Amino acid sequence: MPEISVKNLYKIFGDSPERALKLLEKGQSKEDIYETTGMTVGVQDASFEVEKGEIFVVMGLSGSGKSTLVRTLNRLIEPTAGEVIIDGQDILKMGKTELVKFRRSKTSMVFQSFALMPHLSVLQNVAFGLELDGIEKAVRTERAIDALKQVGLDGWENALPSELSGGMQQRVGLARGLAVDPDILLMDEAFSALDPLIRTEMQDELLKLQDRQERTIVFISHDLDEALRIGDRIAIMEGGRVVQVGSPEEILQNPADDYVRAFFRGVDPTGVISAGDIVRHNQPTVIWHTPQGSPRATLELLNNRDREYAYVLDSEHRFFGVVSTDSLRTLLESPPHDAKKKIEDAFIKEALVVKETEVLQDILPQVASHKWPIPVIDENSVFKGVVSKNRFLKTLYRSDNNSNM
Amino acid sequence: MFDFEEKLIPLDDWISSFIDWLVEGYRWFFQGIKWPVEVTLSWLENGLLAIPPLLIIAVMAFIAWRTSGIRLSIFTVAALVFIGLLGFWEDTMITLAMVFSSVVFCTIVGIPLGIYSGKNDKFESFMRPILDGMQTTPAFVYLVPIVMLFSIGNVAGVLATIVFALPPIVRLTALGIRQVHPELVEAALAFGATSNQVLFKVQIPLALPTIMAGLNQTIMMALSMVVIAALIGAGGLGAPVVLGLNTLDIGLATIGGLSIVLIAIVLDRITQSLGSKSN
Ligand SMILES: Nc1ncnc2c1ncn2[C@@H]1O[C@H](COP(=O)(O)OP(=O)(O)O)[C@@H](O)[C@H]1O
Ligand SMILES: [Mg+2]
Repeated sequence: MPEISVKNLYKIFGDSPERALKLLEKGQSKEDIYETTGMTVGVQDASFEVEKGEIFVVMGLSGSGKSTLVRTLNRLIEPTAGEVIIDGQDILKMGKTELVKFRRSKTSMVFQSFALMPHLSVLQNVAFGLELDGIEKAVRTERAIDALKQVGLDGWENALPSELSGGMQQRVGLARGLAVDPDILLMDEAFSALDPLIRTEMQDELLKLQDRQERTIVFISHDLDEALRIGDRIAIMEGGRVVQVGSPEEILQNPADDYVRAFFRGVDPTGVISAGDIVRHNQPTVIWHTPQGSPRATLELLNNRDREYAYVLDSEHRFFGVVSTDSLRTLLESPPHDAKKKIEDAFIKEALVVKETEVLQDILPQVASHKWPIPVIDENSVFKGVVSKNRFLKTLYRSDNNSNM
Repeated sequence: MFDFEEKLIPLDDWISSFIDWLVEGYRWFFQGIKWPVEVTLSWLENGLLAIPPLLIIAVMAFIAWRTSGIRLSIFTVAALVFIGLLGFWEDTMITLAMVFSSVVFCTIVGIPLGIYSGKNDKFESFMRPILDGMQTTPAFVYLVPIVMLFSIGNVAGVLATIVFALPPIVRLTALGIRQVHPELVEAALAFGATSNQVLFKVQIPLALPTIMAGLNQTIMMALSMVVIAALIGAGGLGAPVVLGLNTLDIGLATIGGLSIVLIAIVLDRITQSLGSKSN
């Protein structure tokens, strides 16, 4: 079950949203409606799902409705129509007290403008959500100090927000969000107000936090690099609509329309597409320490199939090495001729593996400098296939075509 | 008809009979307003007059020292001793009692009104002309109905003062609430604040410096009514000024006025420093 499920969600700003809704049904565009009625369609027919534990980035140009969308998830903005199901609960059906409880326990939010209380100390700011919830002072202080530690701000408890730099203020904002230990963290352009260097630092910090304790994060951004860097999946918004949802690679390789394509123009695909995305399992493999995996049998296999390289695995398909017809022949011809020879002695020493999560940029030196297709493994060393020079270049060519159309 | 030789619209008569009707029919209502003011005022007045002057001077000096500093503290001592030596100690205590009771009621009524106008546009546009009217209508105009409804004396003086001194605290409270950044309110709501929590944990604390500025103005306006209140029989420092005017005793009128100014300076400085402290 997805953590968040949004179905046919609409938000119309204006005095008679129902009327605008009817006009939308009749097929009028957002622009027409604005011109004839003065009402703004903030979100139009948005549907998507966010899985537990993922970082879901909502990306779009300014005014595309991102902030509106994320605020419907905790009902800071009341949707005009549609459904928002969070953890199985329809939050649009909640009464006032239920909603307050939901906001205190389920979600928290980090804002672009930090939105720290200027009259409260850093510690009081971080403990703010807990205080609202009536948690007793000793407990909330302890939890706030812990949250400050998580963002690397221990020792600043008694400072006022105005005494901190922008980056540090947003760490406080993040700590305030973490202190209530929410299942869902909503971040509206949380890092957009920061310098590029600090921004990258905060992105890393967020990923590190996410490694330790998986939360569901809905992260709003207008910055593609940011979206690609931190997003497990990305939703792209245009004029109030969600036009595409997918992993960064999916969107990059198959942009839904020109709007999405325009976003990715100028993006270096080698920084986005990973080895796992283009891996192919089309090379001969052998299992070592079996009759079929002996040097002689392997050489025969390669000759029969007219192939140059074989990939040697163990019985659990973990990768151990690459052999070539040449290396096998050299091994078999070396003295003593009668001895039983081991295939690991024919391994090509320079043959290194890459992980499936490594991006093309990182594996480029390997792919470029070796004749054999580069073996790819997962986190358990299991062999997933190979990336050949050919495949690599084809991928580049295709995404290059996409972004130039 | 348009030679305007005789009065055809007897508005003055209508108003007079309206007031008569009010006094007759709604005595209970006006007594209800008068009663708490009367109690507060007499309580404050008796209290201030019962405390030995030196103790009052010491307390005022201490407050001045804590809120502002040693300079204001010295000034306060000098001003109060000087007023005492002029023979106005009792009048000063009566004036302070009147000013404080007006300010208490202005605060009790004004801050909630201000908070509500800060949150509600419709209510604010409803309040604005009323506040404008209260501030710009010459006090003499409402002295007569106030006297008719509440008779003459200190209580009527305090009520007239409340009418005049109420607007600034309402306006500045509303302004203070409006000046709170909407993102902060949004952040509080996002973390599950109820509307009361938003008010007491975010809006009021952040509006406090502005509310204090309103309080300061309200106190100053209350002091500026001291002389006018004396016209309808209120005692205090206004009385010697009015007496001096009536008898052309320039000396008496001047020292009365001077005492009012000295008290005004002390109260102004103290409340101003309070305001900047809460900032
Ligand atoms: N409170 C509001 N009243 C009227 N229009 C609004 C309001 N909030 C947002 N909008 C409009 O809705 C559209 C989407 O805004 P927003 O969600 O803030 O976009 P983004 O966050 O993507 O920049 C914009 O056209 C904006 O002007
Ligand atoms: Mg926005």
